[in-house]
Amino acid sequence: MLKIENLTKMFGGLAAVNDVSVEFEANRINAIIGPNGAGKSTFFNLVAGTHKPTSGRIILDGEDITPLRCDYIAQRGVGRTFQTTNLFEQASVLDNLIVGHRLRTKSGLWDVLINSKRLQWEEKACRDKAREVLDFVGLNHVENRLIADITQEERKRVAFALALATDPKIVLLDEPAAGVNPEETEGLADLMRKMVDHGLTVCLIEHKMDMIMGLADKIMVLDHGEKIAEGTPTEIRENPVVIEAYLGSDEDAAA
Amino acid sequence: MLKLASFMTRPAAKYLLIVLALVFPLIARNEYQVYVMASAFIWAIAVYGLNIITGYCGQLNLAHGGFFALGAYTLGLLTGDYGWSFWPAFVGALLMTAFIGFLVGVVSLRLKEHYFAIFTLCVGFIMYMLTDKWEELTHGPIGVRDIAAPHGFGIVDFTETTPFYYLVLAFLIFAIWFMGKLSRSLLGRTFMAIRNGDDLAQSLGINLMRNKTLAFVLSTTYAGMAGALYAGMVRFIGPEDGNILHTFDMITYLLAGGIGTLSGPLVGTVGIVWLTQSLQFLEEYRMILFGPLLVVLVIFFPRGIVGSFLGWLHRKTLDAGLPAAKQKESRIATGKGVENNA
Ligand SMILES: Nc1ncnc2c1ncn2[C@@H]1O[C@H](COP(=O)(O)OP(=O)(O)O)[C@@H](O)[C@H]1O
Ligand SMILES: [Mg+2]
Repeated sequence: MLKIENLTKMFGGLAAVNDVSVEFEANRINAIIGPNGAGKSTFFNLVAGTHKPTSGRIILDGEDITPLRCDYIAQRGVGRTFQTTNLFEQASVLDNLIVGHRLRTKSGLWDVLINSKRLQWEEKACRDKAREVLDFVGLNHVENRLIADITQEERKRVAFALALATDPKIVLLDEPAAGVNPEETEGLADLMRKMVDHGLTVCLIEHKMDMIMGLADKIMVLDHGEKIAEGTPTEIRENPVVIEAYLGSDEDAAA
Repeated sequence: MLKLASFMTRPAAKYLLIVLALVFPLIARNEYQVYVMASAFIWAIAVYGLNIITGYCGQLNLAHGGFFALGAYTLGLLTGDYGWSFWPAFVGALLMTAFIGFLVGVVSLRLKEHYFAIFTLCVGFIMYMLTDKWEELTHGPIGVRDIAAPHGFGIVDFTETTPFYYLVLAFLIFAIWFMGKLSRSLLGRTFMAIRNGDDLAQSLGINLMRNKTLAFVLSTTYAGMAGALYAGMVRFIGPEDGNILHTFDMITYLLAGGIGTLSGPLVGTVGIVWLTQSLQFLEEYRMILFGPLLVVLVIFFPRGIVGSFLGWLHRKTLDAGLPAAKQKESRIATGKGVENNA
C-alpha cells in the first residue's frame, strides 16, 4: 500500500535519509527502528509531506504523492502522530479532537455567518467522530478533562485518537510508547493491534525492542539514514549487520 | 461562590450586560463618561479583530493599529475630501481594510512566528509613515477634518455623543456575536488548531495559508470597522491615530482580558480604559501604578482575567461534579454556550 522508492533527504551536507526503498503492506504493523539520529522521524516527515524529499518517490495505493503538500497527503489518508504532540492544554479532550475530522468537511465563512444546515450537520459529524475515536482508544471517561489534567499515557492515546479522526488508511506513529511504563506500553501495543483489526495499516517508530519484537509484522532498520535491514522480527534479531550496527553496539537504544 | 461564578457563563449574564450597556448613558454622571465608554467600545471592536488572528489563530500581528488607521483614513478621506456620505464610506472602509489585509496577509503569512511579527511591525510602520508623509492624499501631519457623521433620523443626531454611543454599541454587539459564532464553529476550531502548531494542523489536513489568510482578513476588517467608527466619532484624525503604540495598547488589553477567549477583549479593553481614566489624576505618575499592576496580572494570570477564570471554573465544576458541569457540557454540546474557552 505504501511504496517508497530511493528516498533521499539532504539537510545541507547531511543525508538524513539516504536512498531508502521499502514497501509496507496494507493491514500490517510495520516498525522502523534504529539509533537516535538515524533518520526515522525524517522518514515519517517525508512520507507525510512535512518535508519534501531531495529525490525519490512515495507511492500510496498506486498514486505518486511525492509532490503533494502535507494537507493533501492527510486527505489522501495518511494520519500521523509526532514525537512530541502539542495538544491544546487548556481545552478539554473532546474539544481537542473535534477539529481532527475537519478535513472531511467543507463549511467556510459564509456557513458561519448564516449558520447553515451544512455547518450544523458537519459540526455534529465532527463531534460524533471525536466521540467515536475517543471510544476507540478507550478514553470515554476523560472526555471533559482538560488536556493539562490527564496522564502521559492518556495523552498518547489522545494523540492516536486525533490521527484517527482524520479517517486515515495508514497511520504513522512516532515513538508512541516513549515515556510510558511497561504495562501502559502493552496497552498501547494492544491498541495498535486493534487499529489493524479495524482495517488500518500501522507504521511506528519505536525504541522499545521487546515491544517491537512482539508486535511488528515487519521491521525496517535505519542507520545513518540508510536502510541496513528489513524483515520479520525473527530475521531482524538474527541479522548480523543489525546486531553489530545497532542491537549490539547501542545498549541504550536496545534496552 | 461557585454558583455566582457559573452564573457568569450563562446566557443570562450576557443579557444583563447588554441591559447595563443600554442604560449606561442614563446612569453616567456626565457626557464625558459616555464618550469614554463609546471609545472603549470602539477599541474593543478592534481588539476582537486582534483576537481572531492573534488569539485564535496564534499569529502576532503588529500591523493591527495600522489597519485601524487605514479604516479611519478611508472613511475620513472619502467623506471629507470626496464628499461621500457616511454609510457608503463606511462600507468602503471595510472593503479597503479587507482588501489591503488580503494583500498584506498573503505575503506576510508565509513567514512564521517572530518573522511574521517583525514583518507586520514594519507594515504597521509603513502605514504610519504614509499617513504622515503622503501629503497629497492624507494631508500629512495636518490630518483630516470635516469627517461626516452618519445621517441621523427623527430626533436622533449622530453628532451627539449618546446616539453615537448606541451606534457603537450595536456594532460591538454584532462584532461579539459573530466572534462567538466563529469561535464555536469548525472554522474557529481550525484557527485554533493552527495556533497549536503549524505541523500538527497540517497533518490534520488543514490548509494553512488559506485559513491564516482568512483569519487575517477578518481581523483587519474588524480593525477597519473600529477605525471607521472612530473617525465618525472624533471627526478629526491625524497620523498619530496610526501610531504603533496603539497596537501595543490593544495587545495589552487582549492579554489582560484573556487572549483567545470570547469576553476577554471586552473585559480587558473596558477595564483598562476605565482604570487609566480613574488614574488620570496621577498624570504621568499613573504608569508607576499601572505598570506593576500589569506585571502582577501577567505573572499570576497568564491567561488573562477571563482565561484564568474559565480554567478555574472548569476544574471546579468537574471536581465538584456539580450539575453545572453537566449543564456546561450540554451547552457546549448544543453549541449555544456564551463562552468558549477552546
Ligand atoms: N529540520 C531539520 N533540519 C536539519 N537537520 C535535521 C532536521 N531534522 C532532522 N535533522 C537531522 O537529521 C538527522 C536525523 O534526524 P531524525 O530523523 O530526527 O532522527 P531519529 O528520529 O531517527 O532520531 C539528525 O542528524 C538530525 O539532526
Ligand atoms: Mg525521532
